[in-house]
Amino acid sequence: MPVIIDTEENRIVARLKGEIDHHNAKELRSDIDVAIDRNRPEIVVLDFSGVTFMDSSGIGLVMGRYKTVSAYGGQVFVENTSAQIKKVMRLAGLDRLAEIK
Amino acid sequence: MNVKNEVKIIFPSNSCNEAFARVAVTSVISALDPTVSEIAEIKTAVSEAVTNCIVHGYRNTAGKIELYVRLTEDNTVYIRIKDTGTGIPDIKKAMEPLYTSVPEEERAGLGFAVMENFMDRIKVTSKEGKGTTVKMYRKICSGKNT
Repeated sequence: MPVIIDTEENRIVARLKGEIDHHNAKELRSDIDVAIDRNRPEIVVLDFSGVTFMDSSGIGLVMGRYKTVSAYGGQVFVENTSAQIKKVMRLAGLDRLAEIK
Repeated sequence: MNVKNEVKIIFPSNSCNEAFARVAVTSVISALDPTVSEIAEIKTAVSEAVTNCIVHGYRNTAGKIELYVRLTEDNTVYIRIKDTGTGIPDIKKAMEPLYTSVPEEERAGLGFAVMENFMDRIKVTSKEGKGTTVKMYRKICSGKNT
């Protein structure tokens, strides 16, 4: 499974795994969106510690979740990104939208 | 410049081949002893170019993608990625960061921005109805450990 989702009170943590590209972004997106729709969490954590590669498809993934979650007043946190992933995210200016750790 | 190695691969425009193209390029360029970060950046640029062929060139229909990689004695990687799909009507607009012709697919519109940032030089040629070719260059600075 490319994403494991832990649901806590007011918070979900989506632990992404493997490579994020156009080929598998769609499935990741819908898995996370189901959890967001169901729980409406105040905080959504996207944990990238298991991600070995990401191209700009991952940007769409983060931006889309940011749009959904901020629309109802929630927050998105991006965690455990590698140097390569940080570089792609900075290029997109994602560090201005979501907090990247 | 003398050619150290060159490889040409033609594969169908299935999205699972995005990963294949990254692995193929990584394997060819490893002969130049690139750093982890050089590999990651070149892989990302290749992934963007191949995704463009699939999403835009062929609009998710069946087609062929040609990947050509050449290594020269000056430690430069030259990569050419070619499709014979729809072509780009306005290259300048297509290369603008955040512009995408398919916003409904959650594409960020950053493919070319990534290629330009991660490679030393890129060149895009396209003809409507004939297809698009992306040429990218990156010099490998061996011995650096980052």
